[in-house]
Amino acid sequence: MNEKTMRKHRWQSGIFLLILIVLTYLSSAITTFNFMEGMATIPEAMGWIFSNLLVSQESFEKLPKILEKLAETIFMSIAATTIAAVVSLFLGVLGSNTTKVNNFLSVFARFIASVSRNIPVVAWSLILLISFGQNSVTGFLALFAGTVGFLTRAFIESIDEASQSSVEALTATGATYFQIVGKAVIPQCLPQMISWVLFMVETNIRNATLVGILTGTGIGYTFDMYYKMLNYNVVALITLCIVITVIIVDLISNYVRKVIL
Amino acid sequence: MSLLTVEGLGKSYTADKQILKNINFEIKAGEFVSIIGPSGAGKSTMLRCINRMVEFNEGNILFNQQDVGSLNKKGLRKLRTNIGMVFQHYNLVPRLTVIENVLHGRFGYKTTFQGLLGRYTEEEKERAFYLLEKLGIHEHAYKRCDQLSGGQQQRVGICRALIQEPKLVLCDEPIASLDPNSSKIIMDHLKSISTEMGITCLVNLHQVEVAQHYSDRIIGLNNGEIVFNGTAYELTQEKINHIYGTKTKDLIIA
Ligand SMILES: Nc1ncnc2c1ncn2[C@@H]1O[C@H](COP(=O)(O)OP(=O)(O)OP(=O)(O)O)[C@@H](O)[C@H]1O
Ligand SMILES: [Mg+2]
Repeated sequence: MNEKTMRKHRWQSGIFLLILIVLTYLSSAITTFNFMEGMATIPEAMGWIFSNLLVSQESFEKLPKILEKLAETIFMSIAATTIAAVVSLFLGVLGSNTTKVNNFLSVFARFIASVSRNIPVVAWSLILLISFGQNSVTGFLALFAGTVGFLTRAFIESIDEASQSSVEALTATGATYFQIVGKAVIPQCLPQMISWVLFMVETNIRNATLVGILTGTGIGYTFDMYYKMLNYNVVALITLCIVITVIIVDLISNYVRKVIL
Repeated sequence: MSLLTVEGLGKSYTADKQILKNINFEIKAGEFVSIIGPSGAGKSTMLRCINRMVEFNEGNILFNQQDVGSLNKKGLRKLRTNIGMVFQHYNLVPRLTVIENVLHGRFGYKTTFQGLLGRYTEEEKERAFYLLEKLGIHEHAYKRCDQLSGGQQQRVGICRALIQEPKLVLCDEPIASLDPNSSKIIMDHLKSISTEMGITCLVNLHQVEVAQHYSDRIIGLNNGEIVFNGTAYELTQEKINHIYGTKTKDLIIA
């Protein structure tokens, strides 16, 4: 990079910063959000958190129940993610430019992925709540619907990136479509795909809490219940459990990733 | 007797541009033929028309007395098992082992199911090791392909083509990504395929000297048309300039 382009870069970032400041100012003016007032409440809020969100002795009595709900939530997230992964594998193979069967199915797969991905998981919960009511199927379906889109998109990209050349070579040897997909494309992309699935398991365990609050299932429901009962000690314990779980899942999936990649 | 006959071949990807125009040539069994020409002349396109990796618009291609253009899906698969292909970027499955990649060349002879289950006969496995040994990479048989050098990967690519027991091998710039040393090894192997095994080779090349050194015959392609078809001996400097559409002097000035 020479001096001229560097100066240009500095110029660009300067203008970018200016635009950012103007936008911030404008949006706070429009929404009458006072930045200074907002900042001023922080110490008070912190104080409240530290004095109320404490894990007390008696809240530990609820621990078995919390862990049970937590396990239920984790298993639901894993089930939703893995089933979504299987569906996404088919959609990904159909949607990828290198392995598509025909244009219609490719567009169809991409369309499903795009719909699923562009509706946030919270919206999915609320939509499904109307038709399925408050039960664990709703939570499961909400996570499933949100995951299919993301994974399909990720799988399409992995396939396109990794296997175009070997698909060409195997087509030229006279291999059939399923031989090519099964013995060249999937072996090549599998580690990458597993990595995406693990990422989605992590994300979904986190999302499951929120989805649970909305659909009345799992740990999210427990959280919501104690929160409404103003029993903040138990709320703190639940939060702690979720944080520890997320960290453990994170460590496990990082380890698995290291082994397979 | 000619193994491959191309008559009046024409190809265009888009309506406004004709990539190949009225291509005519014949290749005899066991011949080693190079195709040279400037970038974008249509060398890769022409090679891919022969095994219909690219669908052509006009003319006829006869391979082994068979009309390539009129084959159905099953016939096309059968045709492709008889034609090996070697690529500039090797086109292996990098995460799989060398031996797995070589055995991929047998898929054309198997049902989908046999292929998916990886059922290979003893003879096929022996043949794979024999070929690896012949190309001097048998000690890498169980390594992953992404651990091999470019020259070694290209030899795996050649083994994959040879295990098809092809009558013809199409090579699209097999040495364009290799250093001079590895290039020589690869070209020597390709040459010995045609002399020892009697397999016909059709090779796209960028280096005129390499083409002159190895080929029985050279085809010069410029702007989608054959402008030269003769022996290395007949390829004079004047003819080379004609194929590449420039004089060497112009190249230096430009
Ligand atoms: N899939 C495609 N769709 C549209 N045009 C294409 C396609 N493939 C090749 N072409 C065009 O066809 C022409 C010939 O391409 P081709 O790859 O056959 O040339 P080449 O002689 O192999 O060149 P190079 O030496 O650079 O490999 C080029 O103008 C290219 O832009
Ligand atoms: Mg080319």
